[in-house]
Amino acid sequence: MKAYISFFRIRFINGLQYRTAAYAGIATQFAWGFMFIMLYQAFYKSNPGIVPMPFDQLSSYIWLQQAFLALYMTWFVNNDIFNLITNGNVSYELCRPLDIYNMWFTKSCAYRLSRAALRCFPILIAAFVLPEPYKLGMPYSWIFAILFIVSMALALIVVVAYCMLVYIFTFYTISPVGARITLVMIADFLSGGLIPLPLLPDWLTKYIDFSPFAAMQNVPFRIYSGNIPADKAALAVLLQVAWAVILVAIGKILMSRALKNVVVQGG
Amino acid sequence: MVIELRGISKTFKVARRNPGLKKAVKSLFKRQYSIIHALDDVSFTIEDGEMVGYIGPNGAGKSTTIKIMSGILYPDKGECIINGRVPWKDRINHVREIGVVFGQRSQLWWDVPVADSFELIRDIYNIPENKYRRNVKKLVELLDIGDIIKMPTRQLSLGQRMRCEIAASLLHSPKILFLDEPTIGLDAVSKIAVREFIKDINKENKTTVILTTHDTQDIEALTKRIILIGKGRVLLDGNIDDLKLRFNRIKTITIDYAGDLNQLPEGMAYVEKYEGHAVIHIDTVEISVSSAISYLAEKVDITDFTVDTATMDDIVVRLYKEYRL
Repeated sequence: MKAYISFFRIRFINGLQYRTAAYAGIATQFAWGFMFIMLYQAFYKSNPGIVPMPFDQLSSYIWLQQAFLALYMTWFVNNDIFNLITNGNVSYELCRPLDIYNMWFTKSCAYRLSRAALRCFPILIAAFVLPEPYKLGMPYSWIFAILFIVSMALALIVVVAYCMLVYIFTFYTISPVGARITLVMIADFLSGGLIPLPLLPDWLTKYIDFSPFAAMQNVPFRIYSGNIPADKAALAVLLQVAWAVILVAIGKILMSRALKNVVVQGG
Repeated sequence: MVIELRGISKTFKVARRNPGLKKAVKSLFKRQYSIIHALDDVSFTIEDGEMVGYIGPNGAGKSTTIKIMSGILYPDKGECIINGRVPWKDRINHVREIGVVFGQRSQLWWDVPVADSFELIRDIYNIPENKYRRNVKKLVELLDIGDIIKMPTRQLSLGQRMRCEIAASLLHSPKILFLDEPTIGLDAVSKIAVREFIKDINKENKTTVILTTHDTQDIEALTKRIILIGKGRVLLDGNIDDLKLRFNRIKTITIDYAGDLNQLPEGMAYVEKYEGHAVIHIDTVEISVSSAISYLAEKVDITDFTVDTATMDDIVVRLYKEYRL
């Protein structure tokens, strides 16, 4: 256990070395946040009749998404792990008395959490003080706030477990590019990374809702503003648990197979 | 015994093609694979506290053997028992007791000071704090890395980094140490320091050391026993002193001379010959050193000469030749 905590520690130390990158990241996220909100405002104004998601909820969704970008974006993969595999440094990883899956899972979580922790607060604070309806609102109720936090944690597990599959495929393909682009693009779209899922057509979302992709950022960000009603929120969180278990199990099985055939690159 | 390998074989499937765009496009549709026998029926045993040099030319299978012994690779065939365990089956318990240094890889975090990487390793191996302190102190002193470990890895030179890598592999006081080309890129002073250090831990902690290297001085300084591997097979497993005795039959004379030197008598042979400079091998069974010298002195005017017994380099070169590697 201590070892896993230590990965978090060294990641934070590592992250702290890049202050400029963190500032730049914050600025970028602000720009994106405003851009998205302006864009949706234009859409909402042109046809105010049918809005699948009230504008204030949408604003909250977008600000949460920008603040916690590093946590949930599937394209935010850990390049260190790809490098380990493609250049053969995986040798040293396999010399550690730790389970590789658990170790990389922890490393990925640490990578995402450390980046998010360094960037989220300025965005959250600034988004709170924006005028209505562009601001990040308060949680819908305190029960929803608790559910939001639980769901955040579960979403992170689902996202990392999904990315683990990308890492494992790299053992077979050597170049991470192909597997990565395909898996990442699918996930980005279907998880509500580009467009919040409620804004997609119903015939599509009724399937997506049961997929692992909907168990990512979609659930916590919508629970926060009360976009998912209480009974459905409970179901959504249960689905998150189910997908977390399934994806981790698949990953562990694939990993143990991959390790039997592992070839260390570069002698 | 701590290490026992019996009939270990490992093959790799390698895609290969000739260079050029046309061939590359062709290989998109039809790949040609060849099977490489990285290891072919490798067997040896190593006793507790032994220090063994594992040598062979490039691509002989040295690193593959090390990787199998450290539980990273699964062999296709054969048995391997180290400390009573099969490395690849019980990897996690196995690696707790071994230390590995891969000379061409890094285990240190690139962007943070080396000391932070050490602390991570402390937590990974669950090293008790007082033992950790003791080991760090000793390693820092012996490898002379006191100032270096406060710097980020990316700012270290290769030699400085190697010393830190070696320290990192020994923090958990492993019983067995695998060193895969540990002196790569070290300057003369660091090399000697590292050798002394390896000798020390072998003597003091009874650490079993297996060392692959291309540096023959490493072997000479460190090991009594060498295992020669070539094309995936163990060709020779023996004592260095025996080998030296065997090869010391041949002495080397280097002379600078004036005059003409062409024919050599039985038992003498040119290794190199230039105008006024020659390197000659003397087979001491056929001709004694003194008669060889008097022969040369008779023929030409010698301005300078040296007589050398076989160096470790010569022995390795001759071994490679003898086994056609």
